[in-house]
Amino acid sequence: MTVLEQPGTTGHTPPPAWQPRTDPAPLLPDAEPFRLLGTPDSDGLDAGLLRTLYRHLVRGRRYNRQATALTKQGRLAVYPSSTGQEACEVAAALALEERDWLFPSYRDTLAVVARGVDPVEALTLLRGDWHTGYDPVEHRVAPLSTPLATQLPHAVGLAHAARLRGDDVVALAMVGDGGTSEGDFHEALNFAAVWQAPVVFLVQNNGFAISVPLDKQTAAPSLAHKAVGYGMPGRLVDGNDAAAVHSVLSDAVSRARSGGGPTLVEAVTYRIDAHTNADDATRYRTDEQVEQWLRHDPVALVERELRGRGLLDDDAAKAVADDAEAMAADLRERMNADPVLDPMDLFAHVYAEPTPQLREQAEQLRAELDAEAETDGEHGREAGAR
Amino acid sequence: MSTTSTERTSTGAAGAGTPARKPATMAQALNTALRDALREDPAVHVLGEDVGTLGGVFRITDGLAAEFGDARCTDTPLAEAGILGTAVGMAMYGLRPVVEMQFDAFAYPAFEQLVSHVAKMRNRTRGRLPMPITVRVPYGGGIGGVEHHSDSSEAYYLHTPGLHVVTPATVADAYGLLRASIASDDPVIFLEPKRLYWSKADWSPDAPERVDALGRAAVRRSGTSATLITYGPSVPVCLEAAEAATAEGWDLEVVDLRSLVPFDDETVCASVRRTGRAVVVHESSGFGGAGAEIAARVTERCFHHLEAPVLRVAGFDIPYPPPMLERHHLPGVDRILDAVARLQWEDD
Repeated sequence: MTVLEQPGTTGHTPPPAWQPRTDPAPLLPDAEPFRLLGTPDSDGLDAGLLRTLYRHLVRGRRYNRQATALTKQGRLAVYPSSTGQEACEVAAALALEERDWLFPSYRDTLAVVARGVDPVEALTLLRGDWHTGYDPVEHRVAPLSTPLATQLPHAVGLAHAARLRGDDVVALAMVGDGGTSEGDFHEALNFAAVWQAPVVFLVQNNGFAISVPLDKQTAAPSLAHKAVGYGMPGRLVDGNDAAAVHSVLSDAVSRARSGGGPTLVEAVTYRIDAHTNADDATRYRTDEQVEQWLRHDPVALVERELRGRGLLDDDAAKAVADDAEAMAADLRERMNADPVLDPMDLFAHVYAEPTPQLREQAEQLRAELDAEAETDGEHGREAGAR
Repeated sequence: MSTTSTERTSTGAAGAGTPARKPATMAQALNTALRDALREDPAVHVLGEDVGTLGGVFRITDGLAAEFGDARCTDTPLAEAGILGTAVGMAMYGLRPVVEMQFDAFAYPAFEQLVSHVAKMRNRTRGRLPMPITVRVPYGGGIGGVEHHSDSSEAYYLHTPGLHVVTPATVADAYGLLRASIASDDPVIFLEPKRLYWSKADWSPDAPERVDALGRAAVRRSGTSATLITYGPSVPVCLEAAEAATAEGWDLEVVDLRSLVPFDDETVCASVRRTGRAVVVHESSGFGGAGAEIAARVTERCFHHLEAPVLRVAGFDIPYPPPMLERHHLPGVDRILDAVARLQWEDD
């Protein structure tokens, strides 16, 4: 017969919890986004870093404008602009060492370019001549991911593999606010935390997933708070403050490199342009909102800091602008040339060795191309005769 | 290279000096293949749900974590997209992941990673990021499994360019094909017929037969009357049907495809041209299934040799039934012989 030892108790000790509870407090993000520019803390910022950020931001803004123009001229099939988000793009690239890996989403061609990839190669996906135009191994930049958040588990796996091999390589993966609703976001963060993989997740929260605002995307206190549920720290930063983003990402990268595990960074920013050239942003947001964010411009914030500290004069600013203009002119000129395509490339990299079926199909295409060339030749001769 | 193998499910008496052959299960052969691959290549990593301490729900990874450590045989969180997605990243860094999906129908969460990344990564990067990933999927019915434990999912995979789709039917092939799949520089969906896990054959774990290349079918039984084209769990059923058919005077050839992608047109068509009649047998649903592709290919290539239309014997076009009804769904000997009887024999 069961007898309660003491009235009012269950009479036994419950089994212990499956794992010791950890204190969530150190993982919690700050209540307000972390800022440096225009705050008293900005005095400590390194002049060289500020100048580097400024040069990249000006180039980045010019790059975004040029790519948008190329789209209007039909040279790009589509361009998801990162205008207004240049601070995140640039800081992500600059926070990494050469041996580290960057995992960009489709809006992050600027980060890819800031990492050192030729802009023409970074844009082949959006021009439509090849999906990945750069060598991902040479640059340690994964292909631009158009499916949402699917690149995040890749970053975790790569970072995990590097650690298994004893290499102190960090992976930085970029995703938007909409992408945080995807299952792959959840799975990637969970795997990263369980494996303590050296990964940094950078969420650029620009307020909209195409047209859907954040309050229809999540009920979380902030996207950075999501980190706590996985057991990793979440950090909230002003995504238009390049110095702050660079500082937070650099800390997270160092932490990952030294075995401290992953970090989730939410950078609060704004997409000044529409989702792509094919989008009409006036259907879901107001001009007043855009104006408000234009007054918090990432390029202007750094410029103000530099000028306020006497680190930039008009001549230096002009030199930076000229450098950006030269980059844009070069990009424009090279993108205005039609890419040289070989249709037989369609079969070149499906498998290491083509299957018998693909060999047959390649022969079929080859015959079609030969017939086309012959017809074109005849047309050419006819035209010549006339 | 010869295209027509004449392998049998068990070979004859071993000569002097040949390692001893003793009864082994397909599960043991698969386990040995994983162990040998882990031993020979430090880039090989096994990961999945319950593959470590437990050794997998089917015990295919039994003892691997103990021998090679958790880092080489890893119990992952329970998330298939995460498992395959992290395997992609591991492959990008030069590892050779072997992923276990616990059951056929539980592999579906990983479908986007498979279709959008595993299958396409080599192509989209012009060969710079190959994906030497093997995805092991226990598949098919006939084990009395409850809902979502008996799917035949091969059609979803074979329709995705960039993947290889391989399935063994014998103990020796379980070893040989799995080793070849792991060695492949391309992703392989390795479909393991659950109901053959405990099938036995004489086999030598010390000197197992190797398979040189994926994409070669094997003639399991030579015959002259008609060809049964099949794979995986339906191979033993077809062999049984072929034995039963002798009573009717039919001498059936049985071709085990072993690999659906690449597809061995040569071996299949050579057989059909010889026999003039063909039935494709698989347990997955017929509509839009592998059999539809095979029947079309055979008709396109062997039309003038055919005495009758190519027939299919497949599972019905229904959601996989509850286990107490599955025998009515799965192609059995009688249904196969009925199809053979409909191949327009001269005395009909």
